[in-house]
Amino acid sequence: MTYEIPELEGEEKVTTTGETAGAWPLWEVFVRAKRGLNHIHVGSVHAADAEAAVQNARDTYTRRYEGVSVWVVPTAEIHASDDSDAMFEPFADKPYRHPTFYEIPDEVGQL
Amino acid sequence: MTAPPDAGLLPTYALRLADDLLINAQRLSEFITHGPELEEELAIANVALDNLGVAQQLYEYVSEVEGSVRSADQIAFLRSEREFTNCLLVEQPHTDFADVMARQFFLDAWHCELWPALEASIDGTLAAVAAKAAKEARYHFRHSAGWVIRLGDGTAESAARMQRAVNTLWKFTGELTMGDHIDEEAAGAGIGVAPANLREAWMRRVGEMLDEAGLTAPDDPYQATGGRDGRHTEHLGHLLAEMQFMQRAYPGMEW
Amino acid sequence: MKRQSDEAGAAQFAATLAADEKIEPRDWIPEGYRQTLIRQMAQHAHSEVIGMQPEGNWITRAPTLQRKAILIAKVQDEAGHGLYLYSAAETLGTSRDELVDLLHKGKQKYSSIFNYPTLSWADMGAIGWLVDSAAIVNQIALQRTSYGPYARAMVRICKEESFHARQGYSIMMALSKGTDVQREMMQDAIDRWWWPSLMMFGPPDAESTNTAQSMEWKIKLYTNDELRQEFINQTVPQAHYLGATVPDPDLTFDEESGNWNIGAIDWDEFWAVVKGNGPLNRQRIAHKLKAWEENAWVREAASAYAAKRSRDRIEATA
Repeated sequence: MTYEIPELEGEEKVTTTGETAGAWPLWEVFVRAKRGLNHIHVGSVHAADAEAAVQNARDTYTRRYEGVSVWVVPTAEIHASDDSDAMFEPFADKPYRHPTFYEIPDEVGQL
Repeated sequence: MTAPPDAGLLPTYALRLADDLLINAQRLSEFITHGPELEEELAIANVALDNLGVAQQLYEYVSEVEGSVRSADQIAFLRSEREFTNCLLVEQPHTDFADVMARQFFLDAWHCELWPALEASIDGTLAAVAAKAAKEARYHFRHSAGWVIRLGDGTAESAARMQRAVNTLWKFTGELTMGDHIDEEAAGAGIGVAPANLREAWMRRVGEMLDEAGLTAPDDPYQATGGRDGRHTEHLGHLLAEMQFMQRAYPGMEW
Repeated sequence: MKRQSDEAGAAQFAATLAADEKIEPRDWIPEGYRQTLIRQMAQHAHSEVIGMQPEGNWITRAPTLQRKAILIAKVQDEAGHGLYLYSAAETLGTSRDELVDLLHKGKQKYSSIFNYPTLSWADMGAIGWLVDSAAIVNQIALQRTSYGPYARAMVRICKEESFHARQGYSIMMALSKGTDVQREMMQDAIDRWWWPSLMMFGPPDAESTNTAQSMEWKIKLYTNDELRQEFINQTVPQAHYLGATVPDPDLTFDEESGNWNIGAIDWDEFWAVVKGNGPLNRQRIAHKLKAWEENAWVREAASAYAAKRSRDRIEATA
């Protein structure tokens, strides 16, 4: 639920630093909705160890039977691309890699 | 609300299974909003919901077998202390997370033995409930035993707290596998399981985990009993007063 | 890693918003956007977690086995929703622990609605129906908010939360069909929860200082008054269906606009509760803080155990 909690006059501006000393580490959670599908990222949990992370992921993200399998990965171990670099754009102008690019007469049949 | 006069073996037996689960779920649900982390709040609620779900199924079955003279809710909310036949373990209050997990661990270990054995019941409903509950119990045990080990082998403080919880609750664990004439008759009739036959397996299961946790079972041989006869500790009355408040304060209403 | 220049980042941020695309965690974002989001998501998460208390108050006294299970599941969902939201906030380089610490110190707030007490079973109905419906109106709007992780958390939460409002209304329907005592209990709950529910949408637009900037950033898509009106229009007929009234002598229906027009909201009460002087502000935080502190040893033990096991693994491979 939510709702707006207005700022009060003189309200202290808080700054956050990402301080995690003493906290259980963060794990990214991936859920396989059913057999035959990939595990998909759904969010994260905190847990002290991998076994607890798996259990927490199960207890948090499959309460409505949304999954039959979970993976957990330490968030610190995720390496990501730099999306500001437009490193994916070169792939946008190669329509000839898609089957719909080619017009084939119907009488040719399945292709 | 009293039981029908000719309460047979089957409902009497099923009732004790259900009472263990309901009272345990009630204790667990007291802990909600008092947990160590959000993840653990979710985990504990899941166990409470599983226990409550099986309890409800069993009460409904008891109601049906008795001829629907009282509903599942009437059985749960309108019996007195003396009519509840849960084991003493589940009604014990907790003072910290170690108590909650120790109580759960002893119970889960029992359920891990009980439910698979009960799957062989000649009573189809009990067998089906047992099959469902057996799967849940395995997961619950992994969770509670995991905590017993983490806390037993964590810090000096957690080890001391966990050992204290084990010491406090140990005297209520014997009743789980002691059995009485009802259990014997139910086992003899093929509908139930004789707890004494599962004692060794329960001890082994619990012992292995306590060992791994660096904890020890007290060697005091005293074991409290009475729950199966409705002779409880003083804690149950308070638990029921709270749990049954609505049905007692507003009799006969639908909610 | 090479970072974009502020200038290029700002241009890309503006272009992404203009294209109605989502901002994602590693994108360049203005500091104000980040601070506004952290504040809002933290408040939202804190609200879910503190919101467990008023309903948790009735779990052990729920009148039937079914209602007890439903209430546990609902309070559990709130823990889950809090968790999803902290998770989303953590993608902005903050940590759950520091946000929780700010809550404990009173430096971050939660929705004032949870500072009111739950006095009867009917309050479980009123909270589910009124408070969760108000939340849903708000959250449906937020599913399209510009920050990806927040929007995705909202989608998940909305999907789960529609059961909350329905179970609340189902409690109210049971009461409305029950005895006079039950109907009185129902009306009393509506009388106590109606105005605080309307206040959940925040101060009137004219006094809402953050709205313009948040709308520009597409964090917020509708104004407080727009959402409040939507809630009123959907809820008043539902109250009438129960045979109940809302406690507003000035309530009128405007044929032309199709709106239910309400009387004046007591904003003095609203501000008093926001400033910490509601019925239970102090107790709610005290309860939360107590659970946190009493369990510090549990969290430490789990960390200590994990550290030992990972040392064992390193030694085993050495």
